[in-house]
Amino acid sequence: MGTSLGFHIVFAVLGVGLPLLMTTAEGIGLWRHDATWIALARRWSSAFGILFAIGAVSGTVLSFELGLLWPGFMAFSGSIIGLPFSAEGFAFFLEAIFLGLYLYGWDRLRPVQHWLAGLPVALSGAASAVFVVMANAWMNTPSGFTLTNGRLASVDPVSAAFNASTPTETIHMLVSAYVVTGFVVAAVYAMGMLRGRFDLHHRHGLLLGMAMAGIAIVLAGITGDTSARFVYGAQPAKFAAMEGLYATTRGAPIHLGGIPSDSEHRVLYAIEIPYGLSILAALDPNAVVRGLDSFPPDQRPNPIVVHLSFDTMVGLGTGLGLLALVFWAMFLRSRRMPRNRLLLWCLVAGGPAAVVTMEAGWFVTEFGRQPWVVYGIIRTVAAATPAPGLAIVFIVFSAIYVALAATLARLLLLLSRRNRERAVPAPGTEA
Amino acid sequence: MSAADAAAVLLWLSLTAYAVLGGADFGGGVWDVFASGPRKQAQRRAVASAMGPVWEANHVWLIFMITGLFTCFPIAFSSLSIALFIPATIALLGIVLRGAAFAFRAHGREAVGPTSPWGIVFGGSSVVTPFFLGTAAAAVATGAIRITQGRVVSGFGAGWTTPFAIIIGLLAVALCAYLAAAYLMVETEDDPALQADFRARALVASVVSGGLALLGLGLAYAQEPRVWTDLTGNGLLLTLLALINGPVALWGVWRLRPRLARVAVAAQMSLVLWAWAAGQWPYLVPPELTIAAAAAPASTLRAWLVVVGVGMVLLLPSLVLLFRVFKARNPAAA
Repeated sequence: MGTSLGFHIVFAVLGVGLPLLMTTAEGIGLWRHDATWIALARRWSSAFGILFAIGAVSGTVLSFELGLLWPGFMAFSGSIIGLPFSAEGFAFFLEAIFLGLYLYGWDRLRPVQHWLAGLPVALSGAASAVFVVMANAWMNTPSGFTLTNGRLASVDPVSAAFNASTPTETIHMLVSAYVVTGFVVAAVYAMGMLRGRFDLHHRHGLLLGMAMAGIAIVLAGITGDTSARFVYGAQPAKFAAMEGLYATTRGAPIHLGGIPSDSEHRVLYAIEIPYGLSILAALDPNAVVRGLDSFPPDQRPNPIVVHLSFDTMVGLGTGLGLLALVFWAMFLRSRRMPRNRLLLWCLVAGGPAAVVTMEAGWFVTEFGRQPWVVYGIIRTVAAATPAPGLAIVFIVFSAIYVALAATLARLLLLLSRRNRERAVPAPGTEA
Repeated sequence: MSAADAAAVLLWLSLTAYAVLGGADFGGGVWDVFASGPRKQAQRRAVASAMGPVWEANHVWLIFMITGLFTCFPIAFSSLSIALFIPATIALLGIVLRGAAFAFRAHGREAVGPTSPWGIVFGGSSVVTPFFLGTAAAAVATGAIRITQGRVVSGFGAGWTTPFAIIIGLLAVALCAYLAAAYLMVETEDDPALQADFRARALVASVVSGGLALLGLGLAYAQEPRVWTDLTGNGLLLTLLALINGPVALWGVWRLRPRLARVAVAAQMSLVLWAWAAGQWPYLVPPELTIAAAAAPASTLRAWLVVVGVGMVLLLPSLVLLFRVFKARNPAAA
């Protein structure tokens, strides 16, 4: 399940971000009567067609796997948290319908109609992300039901959907999706520029990608900060693991990097900033932060995974923010596309780095919740299926995902090469 | 009708939509495998261009049904997931490979060429998936899934490995192929030679699926008393309708009335599903789980019905638009 999710999440975020880029580019093209922007949208749409299909099937796998792998979780939670999944089904449905219109309608619809068909794709993409993360938020801060002797007594699915984590988590995920898409798209064009292609197509692609990435990374920073503060209050064990804090401390320091050691009850090789953690968590240098040791051993998440993931996310996220800042400073100062090779290489690295940042963030929320699948209610072990041969299923699906990813990469490369060969030498190759 | 019954009916409707629309996409894959004769590549192209714009939307009916099932009938969902772990996992693999293969081939056709290994994967998984979904359906209908005190006690092979289940699995494949051939007769109306190819295919599929259906009925009578009593009890009317409709569909194909054939074949698939549903009413997973017993709390059901109502208001006009743009003979917008 983790593999499927880790794979699916990449497509999911591109499914959220790319339609927005696509429709923006097409909108600019229509507005300015500029064919290069429209050609850009058209190329993105054909790449997105493949990505969406793979996202659709990997999403199906997830909806099945919820039951196939976690029947215990679903028997309990289905009635409480199924609602956002059903809503997501509709959002996804609309996305598929309008994507069909958009992809296959380039020559069948009038330009403005076609552009209008793209808008619901972008909107419902964002909506499905919000709905799905609502369900995940509920796993972090379950609410909307009452238990009597361990059995469900009453259910309020609406308040379960709008649980305490919902606002921070959904918004953070949504903006992260735009961050990833923006940097990935920019990386593709930066790569082209490193090979000497500075035509309008590449410049427009890179600019639009960086515009999205630049705006979204700022929002991601703000919402990330809010999220962390929220976790401090709602899931202290996760917070302690994120920071690698063992002993409950007043005026706790923040650990940058380092490896938490369970045997020594401290983070080794880390840079410590005194009072940093207390200030971050509660805006008060003397605030008390609960440490891992205050939780029973069987209720502690693994601090090594969680702390390292958290620092990876924050570290790379900050780096990406700086990258966007440098890029825009250089662009605005000279009013032209920077041709600095070092910067372009950094932009190329920014794409995969953004993906890693997002995956790390997802690791934080998932591993930080362990050993619970629904925080404080159901343990992960209790929710798993009794079916045999799980190892085989796991290996087969992992192998298929690898094959899919490889084919996908190859096809996208072929697609871009074909596009290039077809393209008439674009006007204005020199800036 | 209680909220649980309403939810069950809606889920069954979405299953029907998936079978009638998504089923045809699997059937298209079957005809991709059996493409033959001088118009081999033209047949494949017809399949691909018919599926292209709609298959993802068709596919979502399945996701809709799965999420609806676990929201409204969580116990049924988790029990089915455990009992049908093996066929469902295989069908799932088939779904992934079919979708990926289609996308890779459709979008990368010029880049990779028509004979990539993904073409074989596309056809193969289009056969495997409906087969295993059919066997899983048979396992439910025959009452082989036993649940005691909320735990599945029948084995992982229960119900879907019987002769009856195998016949139903084959029937599912044949019906999907029949649907696809009938729809493609409509899509190829301006190419008589190609249309004749699909007419011949529809005839074969008609005879094969009819034969399998009768064989299934016979086996039900001999070996699966529950299915037999269901189909001759509550499901009798719909079973009889299916028996009458079968020859009508065949006539439509034979006399080259593609539009009639399209409706009749879709009706045939729906009648089989609804005869099964009506037959086992009020059970969701016989013999233990009734619709009422498996239902989520009323608050959830009501909220779900509201979400579905609002969703449908957005969804149905969009679907109509999609099909009008791509499936109408003279797209007004072009």
